[in-house]
Amino acid sequence: MTDHKPECPIGGCEPPASVGGSRREFLGAATAAMAAALTGCGTLSKEEFLQHNFKELSKEEVLSVIDRLEKEYKAKYGKEVKVANTPAIPGVIFGYALDLSRCIGCRRCVHACVKENNQSREPEVQWIRVLQMDKEEGVNLQHADQYYNPEEVPQEGHFYMPVQCQQCKKPPCTKVCPVGATWREKDGIVVVDYNWCIGCRYCMAACPYGARHFNWGEPHLPADQVNPNTHYLGNRPRPKGVVEKCTFCIQRTRNGQYPACVEICPTGSRKFGNLLDKDSEIRYVLENKRVFKFKEDLNTQPNFFYFYGV
Amino acid sequence: MFTLRNFSGFFSDTLRLVTKGGRLYYAWVGFLLLLIAIGAGAYIGQLKDGLIVTKMRDQVSWGFYIGNFTFLVGVAAAAIMLVIPAYIYDWEPIKEITILGEMLAISALVMCLGFVMVDIGRPDRFWHIIPLVGRLNWPQSMLAWDVIVLNLYLLLNWFVVTYLLFCAYTERHYVKKLVLPLVLLSIPMAVSIHTVTAYLYNGLAARPFWNSAILAPRFLASAFCSGPAILLILLQVLRKTTRLSIKDEAIFKVAELMAYTMGFNLFLTAAEAFKELYSGTEHMVYFQYLLFGLKGHTTLVPYAWASILCGLAAFILFLVPRTRTNWVTLNIGCVLIYASVYIEKGMGLIIPGLTPDVLGDIYVYRPSFTEIAVAAGIFAIGFLVFTLMLKAAVPMMLGEFTITKGRTSAEAPPQQI
Repeated sequence: MTDHKPECPIGGCEPPASVGGSRREFLGAATAAMAAALTGCGTLSKEEFLQHNFKELSKEEVLSVIDRLEKEYKAKYGKEVKVANTPAIPGVIFGYALDLSRCIGCRRCVHACVKENNQSREPEVQWIRVLQMDKEEGVNLQHADQYYNPEEVPQEGHFYMPVQCQQCKKPPCTKVCPVGATWREKDGIVVVDYNWCIGCRYCMAACPYGARHFNWGEPHLPADQVNPNTHYLGNRPRPKGVVEKCTFCIQRTRNGQYPACVEICPTGSRKFGNLLDKDSEIRYVLENKRVFKFKEDLNTQPNFFYFYGV
Repeated sequence: MFTLRNFSGFFSDTLRLVTKGGRLYYAWVGFLLLLIAIGAGAYIGQLKDGLIVTKMRDQVSWGFYIGNFTFLVGVAAAAIMLVIPAYIYDWEPIKEITILGEMLAISALVMCLGFVMVDIGRPDRFWHIIPLVGRLNWPQSMLAWDVIVLNLYLLLNWFVVTYLLFCAYTERHYVKKLVLPLVLLSIPMAVSIHTVTAYLYNGLAARPFWNSAILAPRFLASAFCSGPAILLILLQVLRKTTRLSIKDEAIFKVAELMAYTMGFNLFLTAAEAFKELYSGTEHMVYFQYLLFGLKGHTTLVPYAWASILCGLAAFILFLVPRTRTNWVTLNIGCVLIYASVYIEKGMGLIIPGLTPDVLGDIYVYRPSFTEIAVAAGIFAIGFLVFTLMLKAAVPMMLGEFTITKGRTSAEAPPQQI
């Protein structure tokens, strides 16, 4: 264990690994030296540099990776950040439905999402984009406005359509990833391994919903705003240069909670549940309302539905 | 054993050749090194702060880097433009310049890989994409295919060029049984690198501008215009500055072939534009953004029309035998077609593919200073690679510099029996 911790000029650089023995440390540093130069970070631990794809890690390796991450976050934010690895619950496939006739476009979901999921605040990354549409045009993207900013919503003559990851059954984004850094979990959630993503952004070009976001700069997340309940595949703080996306709040929903956006919605426009459970609210919506899938012609087969409840 | 010793001699003599030159040579190399230094400086800044120093954002997530990459894949593929007639039709005058085409392909591929490298957010994780070492998502991802075919094509061209020069250096005739299959293999390989690169965009249903069945044919057609255009100018420079004899006949033959590919390229572009504009579906917006501007955003419009007009003018110059065989009009035509394809297959392909974005948002992209500086650096690396290869290759090809001739070194080389 060494106390010698080089100063990193930019926030977000991980501290060096705390492995014993100066020789091993030297070798580790040597391995990572070029990589460190390439990231522009002062340091990059050997463990992080050599970490393999999450799906290929053994149980022990996952635990050691999580242990390392928790230490890094503690050093960076000065508080305990728990990185969970909760697996998909058997017999569960998550589904989501959004009531277009109720949504008032208040964007509370957008901000609750940012707060819950530890997105960068500067520049702010938002996983939900709310589109203001003309009523007379219907769902027409050429008449959509993401930057509406009136005193009050809803605005006369408009309706609102929030768009986030549609958790497709046939996700074009996972298909194109050259390194398999993103995949669909058994419960239908499409996740990213932030430690394996190379940042090529091919998935962003492939996604028809604009659901994928890139950390163009170093993500700035003030320590007092860090949500300490995180998941490895979800809302743990991300490094610069990788892609991130909505995970239906994997850290919450795999523990039986609603996603943050569902919980905050003041109009009850957002419905969420287990598609395999006949008594779930999501199944009620599917059976009793007329739903549609956004860009259904692309055959991405979303588990995210839109409907007109009233 | 002889071969091994000769190869080390070949290697050191090549090094000697590229480090000695006239004042003009040093000035040119110095200029390229300066550009590389500027590019490296800009890239270090990008590594430090992230890709935020570019003008790319979530809406337009690929820009100048990937545009240049795409264009240069075309240049690399076009080397076969010269290989096909040379080997299939056994057409002698072109044969001697084939090696130049292959060297051009190597330089273009070096630049391609450079542009991919500077575009990725985590270059430290580059090893993730190396087959067997990392985790290549093959055969699903088109990018995984591209990594494989580009590197194989680079390897193939590098081997053929090295082998041919080594034979020239050791004053032996190359083994036709070895070279011919490799050169013939390079033809489908060249087609494949550009096809796979086209499929990379083509396969994205989210982007209607790219999701067109004739994208790959358009890529090939335009590549066969721009690649040879560079070579035609180069050949004229070379025969002025070196003793390399390139017959007029060879140049005019290439120009004639280019006229056909240009015509075909224009036809394919027109077919695409007709389909989009006449049917007038929602997918038309991308063409509209490119050709006429959308909601007051007209950044691409002058470039798009410049590309079309340059392409048309070049086609006419290459089609008419009199202008095709006139050095002035031929060279003007080369510059015009090069400019036309550079716009069409660079920014003219990437930006309207991503604008408006999938949610209808229009983000106006223009490359930042960093992007331009880094790109200049990569182009300089490519030119440097090409210059150094030429510097060594030309005297060897001419037989002026071999294991027994032209060496400044006093020590007697081992004689080849």
